Amino acid sequence: MDAVCASCPHHQKNSMNNVMLSLIAALAGSLGSALVSLGAGERTWVLSRLAFPLLGLSGLASIYAGLQTLMGAPALTAEWPMGLPWMHWHLRLDSLSGFFLALIGTGTLAVSLYGPGYIREYRHSTYSLGVLGLATGLFVTGMQLVVLADDAFAFMVAWELMSLSSYFLVAFQHQNAANRRAAFIYLAMAQIGGLCVLLAFGVMAGFGGDFTFDAMRAAQLDTDWATITFALGLIGFGMKAGLVPIHIWLPDAHPVAPSHVSALMSGVMLKVAVYGFIRLVFDLIGNLNWGWGVALLIIASITALFGVLYALVQHDLKRLLAYHSIENIGIIFIGLALSIIFYGTGHPLLGALGLVAALYHTLNHMLFKSLLFLGAGSVLQGSREHDMERMGGLLARMPWTGLFFLIGCISISALPPFNGFVSEWLTFQTALQAASLNSGVLRALIPIAAAVLALTGALAATCFVKVYGVAFLGQPRSRRVRRAREATPGMVMAQGLLAGLCLLFGVLPTLTVAALDNISISLTASGLPSASANGWMWLTPISAQTASYGAPFVLLGILFALGGWLLVNRVLRPQGHAGMARGDTWDCGFGPPDARMQYTASAFAQPIRRIFAPVWRLHETIERTPMSGLPLEPARIRHQLHAEDITWGWFYDPIVRFLHASVRRVGRIQTGHLRHYLAYSFITLILLLWVIT
Amino acid sequence: MLNQLPLYEQAILTLAALILFTSFALLAQQRVLSMIHVFVWQGLLLAITTALVAYDSSATHLYYSAGLTLGLKVILIPWLLHRLVHRLNIHRQPHVVKHPSMVLMIAAALVIFAYYVTLPIHQLSVSITRNTIAISMSVVLLGMLMLITRNKAVSQVIGFMSLENGLFFAAVAATHGMPMVVELGVAFDVLVAMVIFGVFFFHIRDSIDSLDVDRLNRLAEHDQ
Amino acid sequence: MNGLLAMIQAIAFIVLAPLFASWIRRVKCVLQNRRAPALLQPYRDLAKLFSKQTLLSYNASPLFRVAPYLIAGATLLAAAVVPLLAVKLPTAAIADVIVLAGFFSLARFFLALAGMDVGTAFGGMGSSREMTLSALAEPAMLMAVFTLAMVAGSTNLSTVIDQILRDGLALRPSLLFALLSLTLVAVAETGRIPVDNPATHLELTMIHEAMILEYSGRHLALIEWASQLKLMIYGVLIANIFFPWGIATEFTPGALLIAVLAITAKLGVLGIALATGETVLAKMRLFRVPSFLTLALILALIGLLSHIILEVA
Repeated sequence: MDAVCASCPHHQKNSMNNVMLSLIAALAGSLGSALVSLGAGERTWVLSRLAFPLLGLSGLASIYAGLQTLMGAPALTAEWPMGLPWMHWHLRLDSLSGFFLALIGTGTLAVSLYGPGYIREYRHSTYSLGVLGLATGLFVTGMQLVVLADDAFAFMVAWELMSLSSYFLVAFQHQNAANRRAAFIYLAMAQIGGLCVLLAFGVMAGFGGDFTFDAMRAAQLDTDWATITFALGLIGFGMKAGLVPIHIWLPDAHPVAPSHVSALMSGVMLKVAVYGFIRLVFDLIGNLNWGWGVALLIIASITALFGVLYALVQHDLKRLLAYHSIENIGIIFIGLALSIIFYGTGHPLLGALGLVAALYHTLNHMLFKSLLFLGAGSVLQGSREHDMERMGGLLARMPWTGLFFLIGCISISALPPFNGFVSEWLTFQTALQAASLNSGVLRALIPIAAAVLALTGALAATCFVKVYGVAFLGQPRSRRVRRAREATPGMVMAQGLLAGLCLLFGVLPTLTVAALDNISISLTASGLPSASANGWMWLTPISAQTASYGAPFVLLGILFALGGWLLVNRVLRPQGHAGMARGDTWDCGFGPPDARMQYTASAFAQPIRRIFAPVWRLHETIERTPMSGLPLEPARIRHQLHAEDITWGWFYDPIVRFLHASVRRVGRIQTGHLRHYLAYSFITLILLLWVIT
Repeated sequence: MLNQLPLYEQAILTLAALILFTSFALLAQQRVLSMIHVFVWQGLLLAITTALVAYDSSATHLYYSAGLTLGLKVILIPWLLHRLVHRLNIHRQPHVVKHPSMVLMIAAALVIFAYYVTLPIHQLSVSITRNTIAISMSVVLLGMLMLITRNKAVSQVIGFMSLENGLFFAAVAATHGMPMVVELGVAFDVLVAMVIFGVFFFHIRDSIDSLDVDRLNRLAEHDQ
Repeated sequence: MNGLLAMIQAIAFIVLAPLFASWIRRVKCVLQNRRAPALLQPYRDLAKLFSKQTLLSYNASPLFRVAPYLIAGATLLAAAVVPLLAVKLPTAAIADVIVLAGFFSLARFFLALAGMDVGTAFGGMGSSREMTLSALAEPAMLMAVFTLAMVAGSTNLSTVIDQILRDGLALRPSLLFALLSLTLVAVAETGRIPVDNPATHLELTMIHEAMILEYSGRHLALIEWASQLKLMIYGVLIANIFFPWGIATEFTPGALLIAVLAITAKLGVLGIALATGETVLAKMRLFRVPSFLTLALILALIGLLSHIILEVA
């Protein structure tokens, strides 16, 4: 922060001490919140007054430590005598870890403000509050340790801690069989992913000689093994992040967890998976091959399009948001893929641009996805409805939640002047620089991927018009929604904090890009020299002639428009026959419009369903209950639409069938005859004797 | 750079791109009469391109090729096809393409693949029109794609003709035409093929009552 | 001086947009053998709307009331950055094509939300169709923008126009196809025939009009003006990017006068072309519009591929 004095050794040591203290505070806070909740029992005040504030402190400390390191404090390393006796844990806080630590901190802070109001739900339920608090605290601790880990052992232990504690959170409301199934699939895929990550580390440790990340960095992998490591890392971290087709746990697991946990999982845990990928590929492997980038670009584009198309046909609010997380992870990985392609073909400046765009989108997604999930939680608590088809008119009943949810919707649809637009703009600028590549094929493929990205962004805007329009605008479609209550001040404050950050990062992109540039410099020794060359107002990532974006001017324009509204309505106040009056909605002469005459969520998405029909497996049922005496006139008509994920049929069913078939074949060893088993031991003995000779 | 080339060479490049567009358009047409019209446009553009290449390289035999293309591909063969379609009475049937967006995506991928394949030739050839080799290869591949994705026999004939257009375009662009003897031979082969197709379509329709080539397997022995 | 010029340019946009819409309507009437309204009629219509009472439904939320201002503001921001008369103005620094698309998306987002607000079936239908069609038009527009950016080396509008001016008169297949593609996208985005009929109010045939059905008085005036402004912005974009001759590169009075005459002539010709298209073509069935937009995408793709394959040595 103080560029002049940061070089004085006294100040440096001071800031290092501060960072170290805040790190310890962060870890102690989250661990403490976990332990304190053990004594919660039935008492929510233990969680609201002790556990969540400790979690909030942990969040603040993480933000401080992360920002200090990101802004230029030197990297910290430490060795803890935990773990095995001959292999201590190594911890390291450099700018990449600092950035992600700050992300975790922000998410944790928002959730800690939100939590006390939300857990009143569980006060009189059969579920244990202690488990909730314990698992949440351990979850945050696990995530913090993952970004701090500097050797494979610490990393894997922290990773497993994160996965297991989130399993208990997903399975929290375990009396519902669907929740148990979702949690089981989540656990199975987390373990498979963890195994792949472990194998990747194993390969690198084999070449580096040691399990520490320093040894892995120095290792020289030959290209085949590097590709295998990349593939293992992609599968392992991709499974946790939610790349298609290994995303299948995400849409089931995120909705069933409590809403503040969903915000943590979707907003923060997916980012930790991205951190793992960046750390493995950009830092540890180092030598990037552009072919990896092309494969990743194809996978990421498919992921993004798949996520948004599936989100469009959902009518459960949280499930829709979970599919949008898949889409945004796809967008982040598109940025990373472009970065790998540019680094691999010898354009480090553009590679840094891609990396910065991906990291910016990571930040943005954390902010607006957490905001949206917290808003969904408020809606769920206030109206007891999670199906959008039964919501409507919530803006009148929950004005603050509605306002902040609107900001979240605008941000995620990548509209100026909010933050989503900046990261998409940066990603497009990176893709546009494909013109400087030598290979004509790449110069053709990258714009096609960018066109897919544009389609994704526009479809996301469609989806969020649907969500906001059906849920918050219009008329209420059910009785409970008509009587919805606004959320508690703590919950509203948490959403307001995130919404404000969305605006802030939309209006100050230059400062953010300059900070993120430190990460690319520390990872790959090349950065963006000209990003802030034209001052803090203009973002010029490559040069001023190529592209520039002046975010404050856009904000000024929007404020001018709002000022116009204020001017007309509050100052000028036209009266009489130029004034304003209220009247009935125009009904074409057929009688007053009913809440059921509005467009439903399924109706809104019907043109998309028709155009993109092969993408889903849709089950549409219409039940007609006829009136007694009049068999052709229905007394009730009920329409249900359910979209099944096609990856079950195309990807998982064949794997399961193959597994069953091969297991059956292997099972023939078990014949049941005593003499066969004796023969097995005999043959093994002969083989071992032969091997000894 | 592009603006340093003379105008007619720029025109050749533009016409090449338009020919590629007609190939795409052929893949997406739903009615057989509009397919024939697009084929006429492709032939016309090809004739103009041949004339421009003839003007550019002062190869007078290419003027005859252009005239031959004009007579055959733009006038005679479409007229024959038109008559055939009216006599078979299929001009009102829609020739539905299953999954048209999938076909167009594969077509785009084929163009990029053709470009990738012809990259070494770019470096070898010295003629200005070496870039159009990739376009002509794409037209050939798209013609073959049309043969695969269409199931009505008349559309397959047009696909075959468009494939031949691509080969002709490649010859014109890369080597300033083929020897006149070869060209005349190929042209008359195509004409004869057209006539024979016409006769065969009536026979096919008599045998299996439809012009859907997927149903040609009815002509097999009935073991299954 | 330059700042003043930029402001004059923005005001020129606002003032002349209804005139452009009126010119198109006049040409259509002449082609269809009808008597055209006066050329200044849209100004009278807007003045009438501003002075009329704004009738709000009982169910309208605050978003319904703020939306027209936001829509007009976003479209005005877009107008302020498009080079109408001169390149290299101070506003040129913000004139990024993708940012322009972002402004239009912002306006459309609020328009669609306003359509959903009152809770009628018309509004929902209009919003649903508008968002779907604009989502399908995005990839085509972006690919055309990419082609332009690859040809000119930048996404900044001012730089692109400057570069194309400097390149001189060259017949580029990539720009030809990008022009065709952008024309189709412009027709879809501004809601003209064959995608949407701007003059109809039949329930099943309207898209844009369905969303604004509940608006009246000054709100409706703002939204109408914004849609006329959007039409003019697209017209100016197509005219000045693909046929940039006449635009002022220095700020002398002579160059500016020539620029004014040039843009008037170009918009006049574009207006005639659009009116002819609207008269000759019929409005398409809604589910044939995706094939229309796929055509735009294919054209843009061929433009991009022909740039890579044919134009780069």
